[in-house]
Amino acid sequence: MRQCAIYGKGGIGKSTTTQNLVAALAEAKQKVMIVGCDPKSDSTRLILHAKAQATVMELAAKHGSVEDLELEDVLQTGYADIKCVEAGGPEPGVGCAGRGVITAINFLEEEGAYSDDLDFVFYDVLGDVVCGGFAMPIREGKAEEIYIVVSGEMMAMYAANNICKGIMKYASSGKVRLGGLICNSRNTDREVDLIEALAEKLGTTMIHFVPRDNTVQRAELRRMTVIEYDPKANQADEYRMLAKKIMENKNLVIPKPITMDELEALLMEFGIMEEENTAIVGKTAAEEAAVGA
Amino acid sequence: MSVKLTKEAGAEAIKEVLAVYPAEARTDREKHLYVNDKSLETTSGCVTANRKSLPGVMTVRGCAYAGSKGVVWGPVKDMVHISHGPVGCGQYSWGTRRNYSTGTTGIDNFAVMQITSDFSEKDIVFGGDKKLEAMLREIREMFPLSKGITIQSECPVGLIGDDIEAVAKRMSVELGVPIVPVRCEGFRGVSQSLGHHIANDAVRDHVLGQSEPDTSTPYDVAILGDYNIGGDAWASRIILEEMGLRVVAQWSGDATLKEMQASHRSKLNLLHCYRSMNYISRHMEEKYGIPWMEYNFFGPTKIEASIRAIAAKFDASVQENAEKTIERHKESMQAVVDAYRPRLEGKKVMLYVGGLRPRHVIGAFEDLGMEVVGLGYEFGHNDDYDRTLHEAKDATLIYDDVTEYELEEFTKRIKPDLVGSGVKEKYVLQKMGFPFRQMHSWDYSGPYHGYDGFGVFARDMDMAVNAPVFKKTTAPWKTA
Repeated sequence: MRQCAIYGKGGIGKSTTTQNLVAALAEAKQKVMIVGCDPKSDSTRLILHAKAQATVMELAAKHGSVEDLELEDVLQTGYADIKCVEAGGPEPGVGCAGRGVITAINFLEEEGAYSDDLDFVFYDVLGDVVCGGFAMPIREGKAEEIYIVVSGEMMAMYAANNICKGIMKYASSGKVRLGGLICNSRNTDREVDLIEALAEKLGTTMIHFVPRDNTVQRAELRRMTVIEYDPKANQADEYRMLAKKIMENKNLVIPKPITMDELEALLMEFGIMEEENTAIVGKTAAEEAAVGA
Repeated sequence: MSVKLTKEAGAEAIKEVLAVYPAEARTDREKHLYVNDKSLETTSGCVTANRKSLPGVMTVRGCAYAGSKGVVWGPVKDMVHISHGPVGCGQYSWGTRRNYSTGTTGIDNFAVMQITSDFSEKDIVFGGDKKLEAMLREIREMFPLSKGITIQSECPVGLIGDDIEAVAKRMSVELGVPIVPVRCEGFRGVSQSLGHHIANDAVRDHVLGQSEPDTSTPYDVAILGDYNIGGDAWASRIILEEMGLRVVAQWSGDATLKEMQASHRSKLNLLHCYRSMNYISRHMEEKYGIPWMEYNFFGPTKIEASIRAIAAKFDASVQENAEKTIERHKESMQAVVDAYRPRLEGKKVMLYVGGLRPRHVIGAFEDLGMEVVGLGYEFGHNDDYDRTLHEAKDATLIYDDVTEYELEEFTKRIKPDLVGSGVKEKYVLQKMGFPFRQMHSWDYSGPYHGYDGFGVFARDMDMAVNAPVFKKTTAPWKTA
């Protein structure tokens, strides 16, 4: 069994990419489970054709405690026998979502959700690793492969580099490794070159470039993956390619996060960021006008 | 035989005891240990206090929750105090302080109850505010005569960021009683001391000045910082009333919410435990112009001095009554001294307690001919050590936030005739062959304050020091 965690900046398309990838893996006769680790609980809806799956924490609250739950209460099976679980968590602004992830994953382990017949487990994790709870999937004995979803946008790349810093912390004491960057294209300039350059600096590769395609949105409206909705579409082949590359991926590395200066230099090289003009720092519009006059 | 304590011997004992520590720990702990030198003006430079305890040492300190729920708020008898969080903090702090109170449990007295929101995993993940809200309604329904509710935060409440202030505000309107949120999460600060401060601030913000007294006289005084352990506050109150003063509030032993709300009309605040209530005393002085003074009702010498100092703040009638009061009790106090002093004369005492007691009980021991040769505070600040400077004898060994190891070693070297500390020390020291009294709880006895208390105090000390059991054991240093 290979356990993989998908990280990346919020809104980058982690859940969509994960579910399409998992659907492609299942199509290739792999037994897969998805564990949604985001209180938004949208990690399994394309597989289950559901608005939102009943989550571990929600059911635990209803039944009294997590000890009162059975595995079949929380584990659902969707497209191509993909097993689906959502950790769940509070509405924004209350409670502790991180603790929800920890509780849910512990529960799955204790209840034997990680059965031997599984080929892959995928954790779809909240964008910002804000606390220990969201690092739970990459702790000892859990996911050993991490894929970072990224695009050619500046903030997505910042986030990818920060996530690498987080991986470093766990990599030094455990087996967690970076498997590569998945570029979920935003059609920015020279995106492939930029992400390949970033990957190289981080000591990894861009495992696949997923082009932007409206088929994804059309499938999403139907709460389906592209693989299921339109298996003949070009985009379906893209996800199959990604799945194949991940199945064959042997390039698991301890990432080498780069410094802010290095990252900014890279962004400037590709014209995403302009050279900083220190003369204007802290100057108001009025002050600038006065100087100009 | 006890050894005679000198400044040199004290310094030597400190040096020897510290020798086993690693360098870093030794440097830290050195700052907490010194030998009293009455020629100094201040202890700053001698002692560092109110600092984080070292990891790995055994400290007996409590936490901010203990300081708020256990000390300041817990004794307020007609309010329901919620231990908000997982069950352990409430359960294991239940009934640990012997603050006596009158009334009927469940009707107008809730002090002996343990009420907790009993957080489970789901409350952590989804937040505890909804549960708190439901609980407040239930409390109001179950105990309709309770005058208010306090929410005593345990650690997780702060960690997950529950908005207990918003719940308290909303529910206070809905239920029509004061609901006081207290942010006394245990991880805040270095000891229970910060909990006292936080609790004082909560009293200031939610209680003080919220109602007016029914009547008012020029002789109204409030007792602050007496938690009525074993009935201490009652024993103090009797003296003040004998002097012709009117005690309008006891903070917070046997206290009602109403008397605390109306305390801002007191004419003089009498501060017993400086450490835990100096904050509210200073606030009342600033905001309402109420002067405050510390006093000491342990043992006849200190009682007499304190009675006269308090009377000096009032008119001649009170001063006259004060003298009469002193006179009236002279004979009975002398009888206590006559009965016990011969049995206790020259006995040496080591103390390790909290609050005000390390310095306040010295006089009572001295009235019995006993000598305090070592003392320390669990959670004192520098101003406590300054206040101790002239209460303690020269060359008294002083230890702040002492570790169990240090206390054992100092005890072995000083070989006192009596040790006064808490339950965590009691059995260790008794097994080492030392007579022992619990000086937090008065060892299930009391009161020790006032004229009523001195006889009890003397009897208890005699009972410990002269217990026949210790004549049947041989101390380890005597076997060699």
